[in-house]
Amino acid sequence: MSKRLIDLQHISKSYDGQMVLDDLNLYIKENEFLTLLGPSGCGKTTTLRLIGGFETPDKGNIIFDGKDITGLAPNERQLNTVFQKYALFPHMSIAENIAFGLKIRKKSKAYIEDKIRYALKLVNLDGFEKRTVDSLSGGQQQRIAIARAIVNEPKVLLLDEPLGALDLKLRQDMQYELIRLKNELGITFIYVTHDQEEALTMSDTIVVMNQGYIQQIGTPEDIYNEPTNAFVADFIGESNIISGIMLHDRLVRILGIDFPCVDEGFGSHTPVDVVIRPEDVELTAPDKGILKGEVTSLIFKGVHWEMEVMANGYEWLVHATQMQPLGSHVGICVDPFNIQIMNKPESNDEKAVETDA
Amino acid sequence: MRNLRRQLLAGPYILWMAGFILLPTLMILYYAFTTTSGHFSLLNVSSITFSVHLKSLVLSLKLALACTLICLALSYPLAMILNKLKSKSQGLIVFIFILPMWMNFMLRILAWRMLLSNNGVINSLLGILGLPGLDILNTPKAVVFCMVYDFLPFMVLPIYNAMARIQKDVIEAAKDLGAGNVTIFFKIIVPLTMSGVISGIIMVFVPALTSFAVSDLLGGGKVLLIGNVIEQAFMQEYNWNLGSGLSVVLMVFVIASMALMNARGDEGGGTFT
Repeated sequence: MSKRLIDLQHISKSYDGQMVLDDLNLYIKENEFLTLLGPSGCGKTTTLRLIGGFETPDKGNIIFDGKDITGLAPNERQLNTVFQKYALFPHMSIAENIAFGLKIRKKSKAYIEDKIRYALKLVNLDGFEKRTVDSLSGGQQQRIAIARAIVNEPKVLLLDEPLGALDLKLRQDMQYELIRLKNELGITFIYVTHDQEEALTMSDTIVVMNQGYIQQIGTPEDIYNEPTNAFVADFIGESNIISGIMLHDRLVRILGIDFPCVDEGFGSHTPVDVVIRPEDVELTAPDKGILKGEVTSLIFKGVHWEMEVMANGYEWLVHATQMQPLGSHVGICVDPFNIQIMNKPESNDEKAVETDA
Repeated sequence: MRNLRRQLLAGPYILWMAGFILLPTLMILYYAFTTTSGHFSLLNVSSITFSVHLKSLVLSLKLALACTLICLALSYPLAMILNKLKSKSQGLIVFIFILPMWMNFMLRILAWRMLLSNNGVINSLLGILGLPGLDILNTPKAVVFCMVYDFLPFMVLPIYNAMARIQKDVIEAAKDLGAGNVTIFFKIIVPLTMSGVISGIIMVFVPALTSFAVSDLLGGGKVLLIGNVIEQAFMQEYNWNLGSGLSVVLMVFVIASMALMNARGDEGGGTFT
């Protein structure tokens, strides 16, 4: 069990009377790849900027390696940031950009040259020392921004949607690059994104945020398979979220039909939200399923077919590798293990929001 | 065909350039290198070495330099303050700064003549406060003062523009990498605003060097700039050849100072020039 490196305690922050973070508590372990995930305006970037020192919290403390750093300026913190828009110094060469932090720390010339070579190798841009910033593509600039940050050997690297401006293919490549970098450097990465796929691919821990509150903290598997509320279920991947009633342990009634499940401890006759992932809905012959339905939409997605099946007044989203023709009658089956039960939201903060982005 | 039509659109501007820029320049060159009888001569140009001409050229360079430096010293902090303001008030203050430029140039100079005169508003106010009067009218000081007043916006605006273009991210990145405010100023802000400083210097130094109206009205005939000498040659002595010759010399100085500044701008990192 690695130790806690950063501890955010009771952090509150508001801008112009608008509450952005409300009593946020979060710890980040050493050598962890932690992702703050949420829709825009959820407070994830503010959280990152608080850790980086670009904002100060209205209330609460930030503990770094046992020391309170709440009031310290960014240049007094042992962490470095990679900005969304790269923020390279346009008047300096690539080498000068990377050397910036080292020169301020008054490192020797030989040391700096060594470090530049090492960092460029690490981000696969050997020989770019003399290039100018505007001769580089977006992806290359982002790599230089990472190189410029890591030569200072920070204990923590903060990344603010660093892949947001790159195209899809490059973004996917960079995700693997970042995982490799993280493993080679052996430091903590705190990553901010609104892209759930990015978060699932790279993170050790995902913190799902919405409207200034943490919704769920967990591994990518936890977050995907066992979302704690409808917001998380909806934000992470596609899902069928259906109102149901937990009749008793291991039995839930959805759309008038009783489904066996594996969840316990919700009491009896409790209203709940039920999450069923589209890939967990099995289509069978009409008389073999628990429910009967009709295919109302059919889209080929490459890896799978995306179908909508109308059954008992609910439009089920189904992902399957076998196609059922439009208008055909099918049966619907769900493995008890794939039914995820969640408590109904108690406050507005937990309510699911539209997240088409 | 379409190309031709497009070129026709540029026609009026080309005529304008030919008639009012190219032709006069050629005429100045012709007059500069000929005598009144039309023979080739270098005398008009070389007459810059006459002590009276040389003195006014040196004085012009001195005053233009002083004016440029004062403008720069005032503008840089001002641009920084402006840049720190909220964007709404930024617009307002920039507007206030540009406002005097909408007033006629001559009127502004005449206004300063009134304000600075011995019985003018400023001296009356100083007198009421029991302070010694300001006796700078008809001295080089008044000329520099008024030129600074006139040309200040030309220095402020390019510097302010360059400063506003610096991304907030870049400053934060510098802070993040350990830079304090002094380092950020000298390593990031100054180099990134150099293009603005250089265009500001050109836009102030060149008109200050060639100015004659300010010295005419505020120098009381005692401050003889090279612009005044040229004006006198044309308007009082009707010696177009001498006036043209001196103009050519002045033009060389103007072009040289612009070339010098542009060269500095290129080596200073280039992306913003």
